[in-house]
Amino acid sequence: MNRFLWPLIGFAVLVVLLTVGLNLNPRDVPSPLVGKPAPLFSLAKLAAPDQTFSPKDMLGKVWLLNVWSTWCVSCRQEHPVLVEMAKSKMVTLVGLNYKEVRGDSNIDSDKLSADAEMKMALERSSTWLRKHGDPYSLSVLDLDGRVGIDYGVYGVPETYVIDKAGVIRLKHTGPISPDAFSGKILPLLAELSR
Amino acid sequence: MRVWISILLLALASFSFSLQAKEAAPLAQDEAVEKRMVAISSELRCLVCQNESLSGSNAELANDLRREIRTLISDGKSDNDIMDFMVSRYGDFVRYRPPLKGTTLLLWFGPALLFIGGLVALVLYLRRRNLAIRDTPLSAKEQQQAEHLLNVKVSGK
Repeated sequence: MNRFLWPLIGFAVLVVLLTVGLNLNPRDVPSPLVGKPAPLFSLAKLAAPDQTFSPKDMLGKVWLLNVWSTWCVSCRQEHPVLVEMAKSKMVTLVGLNYKEVRGDSNIDSDKLSADAEMKMALERSSTWLRKHGDPYSLSVLDLDGRVGIDYGVYGVPETYVIDKAGVIRLKHTGPISPDAFSGKILPLLAELSR
Repeated sequence: MRVWISILLLALASFSFSLQAKEAAPLAQDEAVEKRMVAISSELRCLVCQNESLSGSNAELANDLRREIRTLISDGKSDNDIMDFMVSRYGDFVRYRPPLKGTTLLLWFGPALLFIGGLVALVLYLRRRNLAIRDTPLSAKEQQQAEHLLNVKVSGK
């Protein structure tokens, strides 16, 4: 009896470890920014490039910062969820357009001047939003990805939930599924808005 | 004839040389900065392709971060400052050598614990087996049989 018991226990432990381990998402790296003030920036607005937006403008509001791009395939998958979110008027969504031109490997961005890059980014992103629907109350352009670095962005899309005091409360990596929205983000928003 | 061939070879050699020099230009801009950048970025994980170091990765983000490290070095930041810069944005996960703290204790000492556990199990098992083997003298009949077997002459040849 004992002879078979120990190997059996060992096997069971292995099965449990593998089941848990293989179901973890290796992309889900915990962000050290959760619980810290959202890094400040000042970036040109997509709708009015001569004006800038700063997270300071949102103090006193609970809002979502969604990192997106037109070249990002998963963003397309996430987009309908964002559009639904915006329709429900439960959230204020701010879009951070991440490296619109430089991130697209099909474009040789080294040859572009700063003005040409800006123009191209504006055109591409506004066309895309017109086509797929614009869920954002406003979008800003992070052309060189520097703001992305400050937020620890390593894959698009990513979403940050920021509270009234300007503190990051949640970071969601990858596209937001309807389940993740109703199960994770919505309850948090309700709690933070109280 | 020979003179011409050597001239041609020389020309070719210098041509390839100039090509090389052109490619290496951005690296050679400041060798000291580049050396430090490579040293720091080999300690860091590229988060896009998680099993590659930042220095070896061709990912877009790795490029950006290497540029960022170069800028930080030129700004006179120390290696520790740069490490802190990366960790404060991407977490301990970016470091290939995570710091020793509560959550990483198992990571650091787990292998040693497993090794010690295995060693203890092995010793216990061997001891128990040693005790289980008892010396029992052969009976007279068995003795005879053994002797018979040992004394059988190899026939043939």
